[in-house]
Amino acid sequence: MATPEATEKHTMAVLVDNEPGVLARVIGLFSGRGYNIESLTVAETDPKNKLSRITIVTSGTPMIIEQIKAQLNRIVPVHGVHDLSEEGPFVERELALIKVTGGVESRAETLRLADIFHARVVDTTPESYVFEMTGSTDKLDAFINLMEPLGVVDISRTGVAAISRGAGKF
Amino acid sequence: MAVQPAVHELSGAEMVIRALVDQGVDVVFGYPGGAVLPIYDALFKQNRLRHILVRHEQGAVHAAEGYARSSGKVGVVLVTSGPGATNAVTGLTDALMDSVPLVCLTGQVPTHLIGNDAFQEADTTGITRPCTKHNYLVKDVNDLARVMHEAFMIARTGRPGPVVVDLPKDVLFATGLYVPPETTPTRKSYRPQVKPETARITAAAQLIMAAKKPLFYGGGGLINSGPRACALFTEFAHLTGFPVTLTLMGLGAFPASDKQYLGLVGMHGTFESNNAMHDCDLMINIGARFDDRVTGKVAAFAPHSRKIHVDIDPSSINKNVRVDLAVVGDCAEVLAALIAELKARKYAADPARITPWWHQIETWRKRDCLRYAKSGTIIKPQYAIERLYALTRDRDVFVTTEVGQHQMWAAQLFKFDQPFHWMTSGGLGTMGYGLPAAIGVQLAHPDALVVDIAGEASILMNIQEMSTVCQYRLPVKVFILNNQYMGMVRQWQELMHGGRYSESYTAALPDFVKLAEAFGAVGLRAEKPGDLDRVIQEMIAVDRPVIVDVQVDPKENCFPMIPSGAAHNEMLLGPEDKQASGPVSEEGMVLV
Repeated sequence: MATPEATEKHTMAVLVDNEPGVLARVIGLFSGRGYNIESLTVAETDPKNKLSRITIVTSGTPMIIEQIKAQLNRIVPVHGVHDLSEEGPFVERELALIKVTGGVESRAETLRLADIFHARVVDTTPESYVFEMTGSTDKLDAFINLMEPLGVVDISRTGVAAISRGAGKF
Repeated sequence: MAVQPAVHELSGAEMVIRALVDQGVDVVFGYPGGAVLPIYDALFKQNRLRHILVRHEQGAVHAAEGYARSSGKVGVVLVTSGPGATNAVTGLTDALMDSVPLVCLTGQVPTHLIGNDAFQEADTTGITRPCTKHNYLVKDVNDLARVMHEAFMIARTGRPGPVVVDLPKDVLFATGLYVPPETTPTRKSYRPQVKPETARITAAAQLIMAAKKPLFYGGGGLINSGPRACALFTEFAHLTGFPVTLTLMGLGAFPASDKQYLGLVGMHGTFESNNAMHDCDLMINIGARFDDRVTGKVAAFAPHSRKIHVDIDPSSINKNVRVDLAVVGDCAEVLAALIAELKARKYAADPARITPWWHQIETWRKRDCLRYAKSGTIIKPQYAIERLYALTRDRDVFVTTEVGQHQMWAAQLFKFDQPFHWMTSGGLGTMGYGLPAAIGVQLAHPDALVVDIAGEASILMNIQEMSTVCQYRLPVKVFILNNQYMGMVRQWQELMHGGRYSESYTAALPDFVKLAEAFGAVGLRAEKPGDLDRVIQEMIAVDRPVIVDVQVDPKENCFPMIPSGAAHNEMLLGPEDKQASGPVSEEGMVLV
């Protein structure tokens, strides 16, 4: 047996026509062919031309990653696939809303940790906080792990949005 | 006097007809139902389109496939909502796997009922998304003409495939503006690469000029590209003097009678083709996709070769097998560029360079791998195909098949010298394909001899289409190799499952002669080898549909064979080979 090729994590930007069913085509491709989706976000980014941008974080062997890009490009309403991980440096951000309900004794500690991580309080009651936090997936994970013992009750995350550094497109 | 409506103000249903006519369609295969009644009404009022009423929607799709593959045109299907659409799904998947250009129009419940679980409602675009190249749900009659034209463009260009257009009933009744094909804007996101990159042509030429053990591996892409691609492929093969092997979908792309032709490649391919594939130092894949039926065990596939892969679909490249040089483009364009490049380099076939390779190939050929034990008392299925070929070879004969042993014997033994004459279900392997496909072929070629080489199990899967055949007096010939078993299932059970023939024997077969007569066709039977020629000649002579029940040896297996999980140089050549090779590996057992 040959040793299996190592898997790599890739962040891709997929530019699509904003039309009914386009997201289903993309997601159906991943489930139908057994590819991974670690995160997926979508929104219209060019209303004039009715284009949406889908950011997908996926993982696979180099051969699978190449297939994913070729298969995405084959979908008729897909205008282009940009493998940000391959095309050069890029920034990626994710937003999370984290609801924490600690006892009275931990409220100060909760706020102190949030401050270290630059998380913003967007809602507060005597029993709870909702923090808003933006950052890399790793940073969000770290914050959530720290908050966990202090009484996290709910988390809502957007998934990753990404864009290349510099003046180039995508 | 009443005010005349604007010239292009048409109902949705009229627009559908108009768009089909403007796209050059002459035949539509369909079945009516509630949601498509407006289209059937519009069909009734015109005489430019011919509608062929099938007996099951799956049959409509296969008929359109047969029509498309034998003519190079787009096949058109018209079915109703709900069950009409779901019955079409097998055919659509078949067309997607084999890259057959189709446009399938499906009825849909009116837009205001979509999502209400209305009568005969199905989420057709949802169901057909993974089995079409693209699909549409038309919610506004003013989009209808554009969508129709775009559907045809997408079905026929790039790597061809099936496109579904789902038509809610209220849209068919609404009126709107019709736009002709020439004023329909092209879709920005859809631009298949047709012309190859020059640098890749140069690189390919260098590899070709240096090869000592080269092999052409041609596939269905040549057929889809068209007669020009097949002619250029033949010219290129002659220019280089290299051996040629073809996939199941590529048969006819290179003349089978040519001395450079080694035969079918893959699981039931010839000994010479598969050994050449294994030992070659340069594989030139033109329009094939390294299907698992061709590659066998990927880790042991052509281990010492460099590989050039020409394909119009970039997703076919490096999918199953890593290649050294990918050339994305239409086969005809790539071949024309390659020929020009070799001529510019003053290339002349260098016999000294490849003669030892040809000597090696000749030793493989001498094994005569398609040989079988002849019998004077029982009809060997191979013999039946050989006689069918011998007695029809002087005619313009088109062959369709069902799926199984008979299909492989036909692929091995029936020789095709031209493209478009061989229609089979390769990728999906759909039993029941051949008879409806033959209907489509016969409509595209009314004067030709069209034979469905069938098995008795497959033919029963769409036997209802005999009723269609008889309604339109299509002189289709159904040539059944009747071994009373699902032969390929039985063969695998014998070779891999200890001879436990679980459910592969059909205990209550119909009398096919009487069945033919019940439909209004002619029924013939051959029971002994001596009957065959007479029966085949009678089948050809009768200008009516015929079912021939050829009672063949039920125990015959299809050889040569690469057992699943094995490499190309580990072929079984015949029954005497079985013990020698040992049992199939565990890894191979789980493969299909």
